[in-house]
Amino acid sequence: MWVEVLVIGIKLAAVLAALLTTVPIMVWVERRASALMQDRLGPNRVGPFGLFEPVVDAVKLITKEDLIPSNVSRFLYLLAPAMALTVALSTFIAVPFGDGSDLELFGHPVRGFIVAPDLNIGILYIFAISSLAVYATVLAGWSSNNKYSMLGGIRASAQTISYELAMTISVVGVLMASGSLHLHQVVESQAGTWLGVLPRWHVCTQILGALTFVVAAFAETNRVPFDLPEAEAELVSGYMTEYSSMKYAAFFMGEYVHMTVSSALIVTMFFGGWTLPWIDLPFSGWLGGLLSIAIFVAKVAFFLFFFVWVRWTLPRFRFDQLMALGWKVMVPLAVLNFLWVGIAMAAGIL
Amino acid sequence: MVPIVFVIAAVVAVVFAIITVAHSSPVINVLSLVVVFFAMAAIFALLGMDFLAAVQIIVYSGAILVLFLFVIMLLNIRSVERLGSGRRVQALLGTVVAVGVGAVPLIAISLLTPATGAVYPGALETGTVVPIGRALLTTHLFAFEFITLLLVAAIVGAVYLARREPR
Repeated sequence: MWVEVLVIGIKLAAVLAALLTTVPIMVWVERRASALMQDRLGPNRVGPFGLFEPVVDAVKLITKEDLIPSNVSRFLYLLAPAMALTVALSTFIAVPFGDGSDLELFGHPVRGFIVAPDLNIGILYIFAISSLAVYATVLAGWSSNNKYSMLGGIRASAQTISYELAMTISVVGVLMASGSLHLHQVVESQAGTWLGVLPRWHVCTQILGALTFVVAAFAETNRVPFDLPEAEAELVSGYMTEYSSMKYAAFFMGEYVHMTVSSALIVTMFFGGWTLPWIDLPFSGWLGGLLSIAIFVAKVAFFLFFFVWVRWTLPRFRFDQLMALGWKVMVPLAVLNFLWVGIAMAAGIL
Repeated sequence: MVPIVFVIAAVVAVVFAIITVAHSSPVINVLSLVVVFFAMAAIFALLGMDFLAAVQIIVYSGAILVLFLFVIMLLNIRSVERLGSGRRVQALLGTVVAVGVGAVPLIAISLLTPATGAVYPGALETGTVVPIGRALLTTHLFAFEFITLLLVAAIVGAVYLARREPR
């Protein structure tokens, strides 16, 4: 009993540490990559290649004066940033980040590198929790009692509902093809090849679903080109306008953690998790387990960079364009993917 | 373990249900309703109905209540006026009748029906997604298809109501 709790505790601590470490690293990557793309130098003063810049930033944010404006709804105003971070962090427990199904720790089976191996509804749990992320944004917008914040909150709620639909429908295809809601089995169903040549990753077998999911993931994380809720050119800083110090930092960290979770989901569901194309690696023993984690982390790192890459390449949508894209392009594409998976499974080619 | 979690979830559900109807700020009402749905999801999960618990949160908390908040914010309702202009006796009588009408059938049903196992057999090992899907597409196929028809009718109705007047 206690060993079981200890094993889960260790996994939880590792996941939490990894997620929170990603935030400063991604801030650095974001600033350096944007500088590279715009032919600037970027932060390079503190430490080698400016690597300690995020540390200094964190110190700055912690020691900054923590203002609470006098006209806000105090309870909700304080609840919103806490919620943003909590929701983003708690989705990761259903994501498997490595194989490790045959390992033992202190004489107790590890049961895969996933914090909650017994959660049968895996992917549904993730959707349930991450669908609450919008409350943080909406509440921040409403409780700030500021018209820019309010507009940001309204935009966030409309945007999330629109894109969540496409995202959910695109995932149905994956669940049909792998026959399980448990993400560990979703990854295992993607091993091997499809039609003899292509890897059996869902990005090959259902490209439309992958496309819809990635676009919806961008919209759900409020990143450019979908960052309408905070659009600094028109709304000052949207729902975050009235926040300062660590409360602002909580939203910021929430966004980056959300990005990491989205990347992990993209990798798990469409890019084969820790499997490699054409190479059948035996992930047995601790060495194999660590190798599977390394492959998974490398893939997630690529998608994190992809998020940054897109942000500094594409301009922001107009709000009506965003809505038209969501309802008139993404939802039909997701339904098309759903039909394709059904037909392909009935015909026996999937 | 299970009774403790149930009691916590039940108390939270009742307390926040009261806040949902009693508080004057519509935003607080909606948020309390979110907490109520969470507590109900916890009770579903305790009964082994993990699928129902997740769907409860995804559909109600994640979509419908966000829409509620959207409308409240769009109309910018800061507070609602209380109903009933100080008629205390009527309010008291109304409460008693409402509680009676709600509680009596519940108690009657729980006393009259034999205590069957509420937990679906094998739910904790395999989950309930497969049996629910099977039941929807075999035993309850007619009801299932009929609900889709109802939803289509609702969508058509909404589009009709929301369309612009022809010039």
